[in-house]
Amino acid sequence: MLRFIVRRLLLLIPVLWGLSVALFLWVRALPGSPAQALLGERATPEKIRQIEIALGLDQPLYVQYWRFLEKALRFDFGTSIQSSRPVVEEMGRRFPATIELGVTALLIAVLIGIPVGYFAARRHGTWLDQLSVSASLVGITIPVFFLAYMLRYVFANQLGWLPNTGRQEARMLDVEHPTGFYVLDAIVTGNGPALSDALLHLVLPAVTLATIPLAIIARITRAAVLDVLNEDYVRTAEAKGLTARTITRRHVLRNAMLPVSTTIGLQFGLLMSGAILTETAFAFEGVGKFVAQAIPSRDYATLQGFILVIAALFVLINLLVDISYGLIDPRVRVR
Amino acid sequence: MSLQVAESAIQQAEHADEAGGGLWREAFRRLVRKPAAIIGAIFVAIFVIVAVFAPLIAPYSPTATDLSQIKGPGHIPGPSSTHWLGLDDLGRDVFSRMIYGARQSLVVGVVSMAFGMVGGIILGLLAGGLGGWVDATIMRFVDMMLAIPGLLFAIGIAAMLGQSLVSVMIAIGVVNIPVFARLLRGQMLAQREADYALAAKSLGVKRSRIILGHVFPNSLSPVIVQGTLTLATAIIEAAGLAFLGLSGADPAIPEWGRMLADTQKFLTSAPQLVFYPGIAIVLSALGFTLLGESLREALDPKNRR
Amino acid sequence: MSLLDVRDLSIVFSRRGRRDVRAVDEVTFSVAAGETVGLVGESGCGKSVTSLAIMGLLPKRGAAVGGSIKFDGTELTSLPADKMRGLRGRDIAMVFQDPMTSLNPVIPIGLQVTEVLRRHRDMDAAAASKEAASLLERVGIPDPARRLKEYPHQLSGGMRQRALIAMALACKPRLLIADEPTTALDVTIQAQILELLKELVVDSGTALVMITHDLGVVAGMCDSVHVMYSGRIVERASRWELFEAPRHPYTAGLLASVPRLDQARGEKLEPIPGSPRDTIPWTQGCAFAPRCRNRIESCTQGAPELVADKLRPDHDLRCFNPIDVAEQEAVTL
Repeated sequence: MLRFIVRRLLLLIPVLWGLSVALFLWVRALPGSPAQALLGERATPEKIRQIEIALGLDQPLYVQYWRFLEKALRFDFGTSIQSSRPVVEEMGRRFPATIELGVTALLIAVLIGIPVGYFAARRHGTWLDQLSVSASLVGITIPVFFLAYMLRYVFANQLGWLPNTGRQEARMLDVEHPTGFYVLDAIVTGNGPALSDALLHLVLPAVTLATIPLAIIARITRAAVLDVLNEDYVRTAEAKGLTARTITRRHVLRNAMLPVSTTIGLQFGLLMSGAILTETAFAFEGVGKFVAQAIPSRDYATLQGFILVIAALFVLINLLVDISYGLIDPRVRVR
Repeated sequence: MSLQVAESAIQQAEHADEAGGGLWREAFRRLVRKPAAIIGAIFVAIFVIVAVFAPLIAPYSPTATDLSQIKGPGHIPGPSSTHWLGLDDLGRDVFSRMIYGARQSLVVGVVSMAFGMVGGIILGLLAGGLGGWVDATIMRFVDMMLAIPGLLFAIGIAAMLGQSLVSVMIAIGVVNIPVFARLLRGQMLAQREADYALAAKSLGVKRSRIILGHVFPNSLSPVIVQGTLTLATAIIEAAGLAFLGLSGADPAIPEWGRMLADTQKFLTSAPQLVFYPGIAIVLSALGFTLLGESLREALDPKNRR
Repeated sequence: MSLLDVRDLSIVFSRRGRRDVRAVDEVTFSVAAGETVGLVGESGCGKSVTSLAIMGLLPKRGAAVGGSIKFDGTELTSLPADKMRGLRGRDIAMVFQDPMTSLNPVIPIGLQVTEVLRRHRDMDAAAASKEAASLLERVGIPDPARRLKEYPHQLSGGMRQRALIAMALACKPRLLIADEPTTALDVTIQAQILELLKELVVDSGTALVMITHDLGVVAGMCDSVHVMYSGRIVERASRWELFEAPRHPYTAGLLASVPRLDQARGEKLEPIPGSPRDTIPWTQGCAFAPRCRNRIESCTQGAPELVADKLRPDHDLRCFNPIDVAEQEAVTL
């Protein structure tokens, strides 16, 4: 098992290294030089030259890359043009918001998706099964931002049950945020109104973001359970006269969870893509919205830093998924 | 003696290909019996017809404004007998814009899917066909591409290539390359171990002939299924990029994603402007998804009886 | 009274949009306590479906079971599901064909043995694992304490089948059904597993229904044999009787297609012509008629009944034109 983990970790190195090279070159390939972006309207050839020397842009490419890598390893990604704050500081402010949103969405997706998929499989061919299959198809094809608007229109504009946009009400501005996770902050500081405010603001974005993963998890669970129900070992368990409960838990669900757990792990990329759209549609101040805004404002330092960190997180999460897969499935361990 | 065996192995390989042809014919027969496939095909057919014949169907020009209907600032007329879906904030006929928007979506969907599929097939074929260090290098490259969340990746490429429809299509296409590459490679590795390929190999049939002549064509069906499904995701992704402000340079050309993004400020006053393009995206994507999923089921050997 | 009494069993599978399939019909047989009975036929003849019906393991939807299955006087076809669960694994157990797929790959062997003991014999965890170790030892698995902690993929095919047998015999069932228990195994292992089964059922007095397509298996262990073809029993006799004087052309064909050591080298095997697919529905005549060497006109005009053989006592036959005993000699020679 340890050898398996080490091998997978070693495989990460070329991927991350290649990614850093690609990102470095990508920024060089972007239209408009960083110096120009920094100076904006005031750019004159001399000033641009000065800035380029100051930023080391006159050096050969490999030197520039080496500096970039050195800084990146120290989490120094430069300064965001959007906010004039160091990119790392922005990360500290934005990641908690997105993690809070993403984790809530994933919880919704898992807690609803798995039971829906399981019961659909158990009632294979009935109207309940067909309903869940059609609903998940619609869930996969509905554009995230369209769903966001529909939910906003119905639950915020028409019914007025939930807040329209943002992470907190204006009156909550003076609430303390030691961690940046608003829900956690409210619990830690024992602030009841802040907690309900943070939770209410989380509902619509989280439901929006959960839709696609929920549909996917429900589908995979259904397919996996259907496959497992046809397995010989389930018949063996039935032949042993075990109770329906034991058979479901020990023999059906445990095996069906193998593909499902992989799928859950693979949702990170989807969640991140979804977060860009969801956060923009709900004016939710997280990583996604910040990155999306970085494009029109040519905030390349932000893009470079955030993409690198997101990608590193992504590969790490995939590694964790593989390891946990090894824990559930003994057959993987020996490989 | 060995000649005979060789003959029979090659026949067997050819037989496997024939089975491939029969597979498609049989799959088609199963397909037309599936209600989901029929519904999907109808959606897709409507979508394609509307897109191709947009100028004949649309009652107005998508850019013409009819200010006579606007009774004051901020007034957005709803559906009427002259304008079936009403007008937008600039007094343009929404129905006509929806019709022309189908064109844009179809072009983006097809071109970016084709881009991703061709790129993926080239990489997958090299990796699955040559194996060894070529395979390892390509797969690390593919892993790297998969390590960036799809939309972020597309944003990055579109930002690099500048504001144009072509850059959006390339961006979405590139994002889909690793999916096709992995799929084809995996399928080819499985097919290479199939009995007919092993038999031909053991008889010294040239590797390139086995791979290009038999393994590759027999590995294509999941790639084609994925292509159908990618048409749906490409349309959704293009709308997402437009929503984020990355779309073709000309704002006058109607596009569902941008129509949705541009009208979101009227969510309270004229929610129908948001609703129409959203539903259009859902239905067209649903059409391709239903078709692709039904095709996958029809081609699945598990469902063959 | 016999332990298992199957009367007029019929099983019909129906699927939406497809014609109903009558997989088993008019199947009647009984098994006495401690007796070993063979159910023989080619794949698709209904023998496995019959065993699943006895176990109550047929799908609830789409499979209609008719007739009666009595176990120790209890009617199983109408037994409530929870009662049936209590019976399965305790009084009636089953060993399946493919040991590679019949064990749950993600939980240790030990748990798969102890779960039966804990369910039916009210054992606590410690007692169950002790009993499990002794069970594994009894079925010939060396180092049982270590094996209990291992997962199925760490065991060879033969070991897995031994483990499955241990699970089936864990509660000392009165009836064991073995469905092609050796088909998926290497030939050398096959003999070991058969020997083991024989030994275990004799020791414990368990009745055994052996389902197989392999007459060699039957020859080694069954007291009486039922030959099935296309969902019906076509011949029933004691083992000796059947091998010495098969009366149904199908049985004779099966015997003739088995290679034998006492055969002259140049002599050819005689396969039954055609395949099990070449059958006609029993409603139109004898299902075996299309492949039968002894076919006469009446074979395709109506179905024969299973009746006592006129020539031989204790021998039932479903055939209009059986092989006569004189001709028999020619076949065996």
